[in-house]
Amino acid sequence: MMIVAKNLTKKYGDFVAVDGIDFQVKRGESFGLLGPNGAGKSTTMRMIAATSQRTSGDLEILGLDPNKKGPEIRAHLGVVPQTDNPDTELKVWENLYIYGRYFGLGRKFLKAKIEELLDFAQLQEKRNAKVNDLSGGMKRRLTIARGLVNEPEILMLDEPTTGLDPQARHILWDRLFRLKEQGVTLVITTHYMDEAEQLCDRLVVMDKGKIMAEGSPAELIKKYSSKEVLEVRFGSTKNAEVAPQIEKLGDRVENLPDRILIYSEDGEAVLKQIHNLGLEPQTSLVRRSSLEDVFLRLTGRQLIE
Amino acid sequence: MTSANNWQGARKLINVQRAIRRGPLYVAEHRLRNMSKWIVSMIGFGIGNPVMFLLSVGIGVGALVDGNLGPNGVDGVGYLTFLAPALLATAAIQGAMDETMFPTLAGFVWGKDFFAINATQISGRSIAIGVVLAAGVRCSLSVLLYELILALFGAVSLASLPALTLSSILAGMAFGAVMLMGASFVKQDDGIFAVVNRFVITPMFMFSGTYYPLAVLPIYLQWIGWISPMWHATEIGRNLSYGHQVEPWLLWIHYAYLGLMLVVGVLIASWQFTRRLAK
Repeated sequence: MMIVAKNLTKKYGDFVAVDGIDFQVKRGESFGLLGPNGAGKSTTMRMIAATSQRTSGDLEILGLDPNKKGPEIRAHLGVVPQTDNPDTELKVWENLYIYGRYFGLGRKFLKAKIEELLDFAQLQEKRNAKVNDLSGGMKRRLTIARGLVNEPEILMLDEPTTGLDPQARHILWDRLFRLKEQGVTLVITTHYMDEAEQLCDRLVVMDKGKIMAEGSPAELIKKYSSKEVLEVRFGSTKNAEVAPQIEKLGDRVENLPDRILIYSEDGEAVLKQIHNLGLEPQTSLVRRSSLEDVFLRLTGRQLIE
Repeated sequence: MTSANNWQGARKLINVQRAIRRGPLYVAEHRLRNMSKWIVSMIGFGIGNPVMFLLSVGIGVGALVDGNLGPNGVDGVGYLTFLAPALLATAAIQGAMDETMFPTLAGFVWGKDFFAINATQISGRSIAIGVVLAAGVRCSLSVLLYELILALFGAVSLASLPALTLSSILAGMAFGAVMLMGASFVKQDDGIFAVVNRFVITPMFMFSGTYYPLAVLPIYLQWIGWISPMWHATEIGRNLSYGHQVEPWLLWIHYAYLGLMLVVGVLIASWQFTRRLAK
């Protein structure tokens, strides 16, 4: 086991940021922490990264207690924080070099490693650029490359693609998938459900410091949602009026201000039943159930700032 | 692509205990690389500043003082010789300040570099010591350039330079450590450094026996000199360069005071760095 957490708790004064959570991460696994803002994901990440001490409970990273062996653990981790923090005074290659030196890596090893990482991050052409001249996607790739310089046992990525355009996101997913193939254990937090579905073998959904659900994306969808979802719109004034007539048609019906969601094993069949009732939605869409449906069901639709 | 064939893994690659021990050196290496980006300005300032100062105050004011008091009228030597050790300590302190105040705020607030460094096995303590070490290198550069100009102006004897170098660097590092300690508590730059510059640094330079012997001041102002590292370093420097009379026990107090500033500054800064990085 790479990570074992039992009743892991972190408090700041009276505020409980992480409230007695349990999870395990195996070698080579890609593990996701999902949850809305303030769910406790980043705090959990900092405890795993051995930079923030837990208040109570047990935590073992690579078989060591981070409260006692923080530096020993950190030497074997790669950390990609939520906000990119490369050294803006240094060039791209120098950032990789200096970070490698922090792990005590030799100059000769680093020379070859930097070439490898510049290729990996598609930054060869920018090797001599200053960090401030890079685009958001390039900075993110540099931060990820930097996190790999010590060939970490566990790579921790805190919202790796937030703020990136779709092209940059897909390039990053590809790079991360290759690392996973190489056997690097990944721990990822994300707001993006498609990202979690793409990258995570297993994940936990957190809310208010607690774990609400745990499993593979497919297992979670199976357990907390239906196979398909039918989305129908009757117009914002009519939705509420129509909802009671169709609420028995699916496994579960969600009446939102702009549309009605009907969770069912067969969306097309439900749509036919709606037509049979003499109702004509303005628009209708049958889609497969996604992790986003699970997430919203577990953590609610209320906006969390 | 990071090649799977070459991938050894951190366990094989890293000698953790050695890397932990050498942490401060890696931090200093990083800081020196940052400094190298400004080396031309540093050398320009390091030479321009003493030249301008010696031309104006050293020679200009010196001519007035020597004209009134005779060629050996201040502490038994010419004004420029009297002034030189204080100028060296000033240069060292200025250099150390530049490398401890703003880089600390940058490390915690602006670029958050310290958090990136702390994500490796480097501890807060190693970061604090590394920054002081790098400040020591910067001090040395400032002092050596200043000495070069002082020697060209004939303000110091060549024989006194090694000892003067050490006393000035000690002063710079002692002050740098205390500034590092102070800066590690600053949450954001809302003008605090400007206040420190105007109300701590400037009075320290004016009231530390820099331009005249401290004993000339009324007793109620002399305490500023007693607590100032400038005065202690200047007294050591004057003793070393031209044999300024200092009681041996007092000389030891001067050294001990600077040493204590260095040790206490680094200890408290290390504690605060560790605390702040762990949040």
